[in-house]
Amino acid sequence: MICDVNVYLSRWPFRRLPCDTTSELVSKLKRNQISRAYAGSFDGLLHKDIRAVNQRLYDDCKSQGANLLLPVGSINPALPGWEDDVITCHEQWKMSGIRLHPNYHEYELNSPEVKKLFAMAAERGMFIQIAMRMEDNRTHHKLMQIPDVNFEALPGLMQEQQNLQVTILNGMKSLRGASLTRLTENPNLTIEIAMLEGVGGIEKIMQQVPYEQILFGSYFPFFYLESSLNKLKESQLGMEIEKQITWENAQKRFTNT
Amino acid sequence: MIWDLHCHLSGVDGKTVDERIAQLMVYADRMGVERLVFFMGWPFATDPTPEQFRKQNDQVLQAISHWHNRAFGFVYLNAKYVDESIAELDRCVKNGPMIGVKLWVASRCNDPSIDPIIKRAAELKALIYQHTWYKTGGNLIGESTPGDLALMAKRHPDVPLICGHTGGDYELGLRAIQDSPNVYAGIGGSDPTAGITEMAVRTLGADRILYGSDIGGRSFSSQLAKVQGADIPEVSKRLILGGNLKRLLTPILKEKGIKV
Repeated sequence: MICDVNVYLSRWPFRRLPCDTTSELVSKLKRNQISRAYAGSFDGLLHKDIRAVNQRLYDDCKSQGANLLLPVGSINPALPGWEDDVITCHEQWKMSGIRLHPNYHEYELNSPEVKKLFAMAAERGMFIQIAMRMEDNRTHHKLMQIPDVNFEALPGLMQEQQNLQVTILNGMKSLRGASLTRLTENPNLTIEIAMLEGVGGIEKIMQQVPYEQILFGSYFPFFYLESSLNKLKESQLGMEIEKQITWENAQKRFTNT
Repeated sequence: MIWDLHCHLSGVDGKTVDERIAQLMVYADRMGVERLVFFMGWPFATDPTPEQFRKQNDQVLQAISHWHNRAFGFVYLNAKYVDESIAELDRCVKNGPMIGVKLWVASRCNDPSIDPIIKRAAELKALIYQHTWYKTGGNLIGESTPGDLALMAKRHPDVPLICGHTGGDYELGLRAIQDSPNVYAGIGGSDPTAGITEMAVRTLGADRILYGSDIGGRSFSSQLAKVQGADIPEVSKRLILGGNLKRLLTPILKEKGIKV
């Protein structure tokens, strides 16, 4: 039983991916013992009609992924009226969390809108996911070179909202050393393993990050699902820790939000 | 059967090469990787002097010395130093246990001044791995692209050449080498982006694709997933995971009396 906190629906803007239809994606997740998956939408990166993006995400999860896919709405606080998107995600679609792409949406985490967004999410008991990158910067389309998200302001933001759960997606390629420690000092900050590299990656990252703050994420279908599944084999975690990383940590933090 | 084309000793815990390779073998065992090819020592040197590449090759020679028939070495050379590189080829391949050549980013492989090295490697049946990338932000000055390799391949049509990283941006890299039948795609050492292996099989055919991990910076997990997760026939997966590399290395392994 695995809970995957990093899945995307719809189409990557620059190429078709295997399993980029919801039915294929659901089928592959099921074949690989993924029993819950928090799904955002690739459309949330570039579309300005975010409410339509989130409506489609909600409809897809409900119609094709019931009991498996949990929609995580995209919010772009640089758009006029973004507050209504948060309210709609929470009240109309009962979403338990929201997903942010500050680099694609061109804002910094220290902007006043983000402060307000964090406060709204905390008040409503929603979690926040922030994607650090979507693609290796060496393979970006020449006209779309997107820098990684800068997380310098995150510890301060989280300190102001003490019960807010925040997960960094696709961060483990670049977050290392002191910058990672500074973030994970807050026990409400979690990371996931999709872009974690290096031999025995999970074993090694556990020397720096408590396993209670590590979650299973695959970044499927952009990445092969097998990449993160293999990491559970390459590191010897023991049954108890593996159960927490693959299931219990996410359930404890997100189910009742 | 999994044979890993692309392994390093850098990015691994351990003070000595022996400690590092022993640790890597523990992970290889967990993931079912049977044989591994190592090249370069540490720290990485992008433009090594002959003294530096000899030292790095000594590290690899030491590392593989306790892992007969399981760990192999490719000799690291710098095409800026042709005479010294040929002497190093003879030291490590002709008179030593190594079975291939690694060329990195010191100079671009489209420059014909590299040809004596390629010819000597071919005489010794050494397999040649050329690092390649197409980087959106621009390559290093001496960093080759798959297009550069395709040009070099035309001058040596009978010599098997490996296009390292498939150019990183595999959608460009595969197109650049598709008409070079002696060029093989080394698909290791890039993100496990879904679709890479399917496109490689469509473009080149399964018999021109080689699995490799690029450990320790990368993982067996992410790189094996590129093959294990691909929507291609099982027979193709077997070729990519080991069959093709075994076929390419068999002539030199046999010459060295190594069982395949």
